[in-house]
Amino acid sequence: MSSEFISEYEVIHAKPKAFYETYARKDELQHQTHYCPGCGHGTIHKMLAQAMDEFGIKDRTILISPVGCSVFAYYYFDVGNVQAAHGRASAVATAVKRSRPESIVISYQGDGDLAAIGSAEILHAANRGEPIAVIFVNNAIYSMTGGQFAPTTLIGQKSTTTPGGRSAIHEGYPLHVSELLATLEAPMYIERVGLGDNRQIAQASRAIRRAVENQVRGLGFSFIEVLSPCPTIWRLSPVESQRWVREVMEKTYPLAVFRDRTKDAQPRPMPQEPPALDTIPQIIGVANGDVPEDSAIRHEPVTDVDLHVRVAGFGGQGVLLLGEVLAEAGLDAGLEVSWLPSYGPEMRSGTSNCHVRLSREPIDSPLVTAPNVLVAMNEPSLKKFDKSVQARGWVIYNGDAFPPECVREDVHVLALPFTQIADALGDARAANMVMLGALLEIADALPQTSVDAALRRLVKNPRFFELDERALARGRELYRESVREVCHAG
Amino acid sequence: MNAEKRDRGLLRVDGNECKGCGLCVEACPPKVIAMSERLNHYGYRTATYVGAGCTGCGICFMVCPEPGAITVLRAMAQRSAAGSGVTMGTEGAMPCASN
Ligand code: SF4
Ligand code: SF4
Ligand code: SF4
Ligand SMILES: [Mg+2]
Repeated sequence: MSSEFISEYEVIHAKPKAFYETYARKDELQHQTHYCPGCGHGTIHKMLAQAMDEFGIKDRTILISPVGCSVFAYYYFDVGNVQAAHGRASAVATAVKRSRPESIVISYQGDGDLAAIGSAEILHAANRGEPIAVIFVNNAIYSMTGGQFAPTTLIGQKSTTTPGGRSAIHEGYPLHVSELLATLEAPMYIERVGLGDNRQIAQASRAIRRAVENQVRGLGFSFIEVLSPCPTIWRLSPVESQRWVREVMEKTYPLAVFRDRTKDAQPRPMPQEPPALDTIPQIIGVANGDVPEDSAIRHEPVTDVDLHVRVAGFGGQGVLLLGEVLAEAGLDAGLEVSWLPSYGPEMRSGTSNCHVRLSREPIDSPLVTAPNVLVAMNEPSLKKFDKSVQARGWVIYNGDAFPPECVREDVHVLALPFTQIADALGDARAANMVMLGALLEIADALPQTSVDAALRRLVKNPRFFELDERALARGRELYRESVREVCHAG
Repeated sequence: MNAEKRDRGLLRVDGNECKGCGLCVEACPPKVIAMSERLNHYGYRTATYVGAGCTGCGICFMVCPEPGAITVLRAMAQRSAAGSGVTMGTEGAMPCASN
């Protein structure tokens, strides 16, 4: 064969560069997305990535991913990524764009995320005309959580929470987000597209490209709603799902451009720089140093109380109450306090813990990551937190056999069988108050009257109140005894 | 090979990435994609180029939900084998390379 007839081929469509080579989400299947076969997310991802490639913006794009099936978008896009709390992506995008005005900021959200819990965020982001692109993937259902009805679910559409089909009487009408946003003054570009057939898909790709282009041009808020197949929850094959988009979904959600002010639009002016910090007193009309006589900030901060307490144990051991009594007592004594409970998704059992801060100075963060007192009501909690205790801090442990692997030279330990001690007082459940009593004695920062007041507010039942009072006193006594023992021994 | 029969386009499917959704089969205008009989490593029947007739339109690429499952190639202007690009019969540019 002569060389003129050898055909040569060049790659014209291949995986966009804005995707990672491999996806490090799991150990296996690093070349595949986690989306179900035929899921619209993959197609939309690809369109977005292609637009990023085309405009060469990979290195200055920040993608805000939502909660929902596309929660892991950050494993796929090789761009800056922030994963936002449910529904908050467009609010987060606002903050990111304002602090990095040169970045291309794209908020990627599903319908459960954007149209339900995030309806306020999207409405106000659009109303402010934030210069971000929002890709709104509407599949008329909550998919990741297993198919509950969403504000976008069609009338008559069955879901796990509308087994008889959505009815307007009970669940209201499908929310037309694009139309809703198009009533606002500020948005620059709003379009609804679908993934129902080749023609629609080509248009969807153009629309997404357009939204990205608007950001590159520095124009304002762009919103692309994509009617997107969810074969898994719809219980249709991928091909049938495409058909459902164009034959059913599109009837409720017509495809159209609802707003296009891009033609003669000028780049949106950057937000004003915030005023310099030292000019603020003047702006708000107080001269520097013009602080009232009795203001707390006049007084030298006293640092004699600075408790960082972590209380941890099983659910049901009174972990949260222990922390609450401590915080409430601090409040009564005029201290700054914070109490932050933290527990797993389990309704019952499981472990729980709380963070308590008591200080004379304003508290910067309610999180206690390095406690100076750890109250560990069981062994797993001790093992979980013992490493985090500050040097010279205290560990109060419920158990007389202190696990050897938790022994540290640089912390104090009070390990006693508090549950049995409480049981001897009349109720094992008062172990938390015995431990609190020991803590109060160690910290020596609160008058007993404040503790009494706190307990009275939190424990209404007189029998338990009386028991808890005795438990607290016993705890104080146990600590004092332990010190005496040490002295004798020394 | 002869010049008249040369296809304008070529389809390459990554048999590991394809999830067998069949959207490309449905979308391809000249209907030159089919599902394989064999299952891939993950239990999916994967898309396969039937061997001839691809126009290089790229529609299959656009509809495919897996970012890297499909690569579409297009014939370059005919010239001698010394030019750049992928030459037929090398490194996976074969039709049905994945199967
Ligand atoms: S459940 Fe639906 S939306 Fe979620 S990945 Fe599967 S097909 Fe996509
Ligand atoms: S590029 Fe076009 S003709 Fe070729 S396989 Fe894909 S859809 Fe079919
Ligand atoms: S190549 Fe893509 S569109 Fe075609 S069957 Fe495989 S995953 Fe689906
Ligand atoms: Mg959804």
